[in-house]
Amino acid sequence: MQIAFFVLLVVMAGTSGEMFVSRAMKEIGEVTSFRPASIARVVLRALGQSWMWAGLAMMALAFFSLLVLLSRANVSFVVPVTALSYVMAALGGRFFLREQVSAGRWMGVALVCLGVALVWAG
Amino acid sequence: MPSGQKLRGKTAVLLFLMVFFGAVGDTLLGKGMRAVGPPGAWNPAEITAFLGRAVVSPAVWLGFSSLLLFFLSYMLVLTWADFSYVLPASAASYAVVPLLGHFFLGEAVSPVRWTGVALIALGVGLVGQTPPSTAPLGSVAPAEVETAQGD
Repeated sequence: MQIAFFVLLVVMAGTSGEMFVSRAMKEIGEVTSFRPASIARVVLRALGQSWMWAGLAMMALAFFSLLVLLSRANVSFVVPVTALSYVMAALGGRFFLREQVSAGRWMGVALVCLGVALVWAG
Repeated sequence: MPSGQKLRGKTAVLLFLMVFFGAVGDTLLGKGMRAVGPPGAWNPAEITAFLGRAVVSPAVWLGFSSLLLFFLSYMLVLTWADFSYVLPASAASYAVVPLLGHFFLGEAVSPVRWTGVALIALGVGLVGQTPPSTAPLGSVAPAEVETAQGD
């Protein structure tokens, strides 16, 4: 029961956190140079976005829950189970970030979901 | 279209870095945290002691550093690629993590779980076929994109 609670926390907080980070990075725009100075500048600009901080806060919560989970269960069980967030990611991408999620992408996500269910059952 | 191919190429490189650092980080963190053990009880003193034990573990530090590199690659790829592309595509790590868990931590991985891993890999392959970026670039903040390209 406690394990199920932490799995839920990892998935919910993790996905919304990552979605917020994605929103922040879209504000910055496509990175075209990968020199260390340019990368450092992108990171600094990201830290100036409030979406970034909202995302980091949610991810910190998810990370702490993951640490607790990992101290109780096998890594090959815990990490695949958190893949449930990949289904939420497609929904979030479609409705929160207004991305075009094509039939092929939905099918891929469905297979990932089925795979996760099997990993859970196994 | 050359620009589309270039976009796919740099998306693939950053996804590979994400999967690599993510899988290594999770595995090291798992190894470290199991040595640390769970908090004795849910009170501030026990939780502080738990964090204290975690902070002095080299495996936890290595895992954490690896996850920082994962996060940097993640941030960079998300400046252009769809969230609904990057997340499922990075699920490739689910094929890598049980392998690492199996061979480095000696964890048993059942046939059913391996089947799940195979389906996830197939799903990741399907997502990988779709265009990485469907939102027109710079539509969110055109002025800021211009400044970024100006240096």
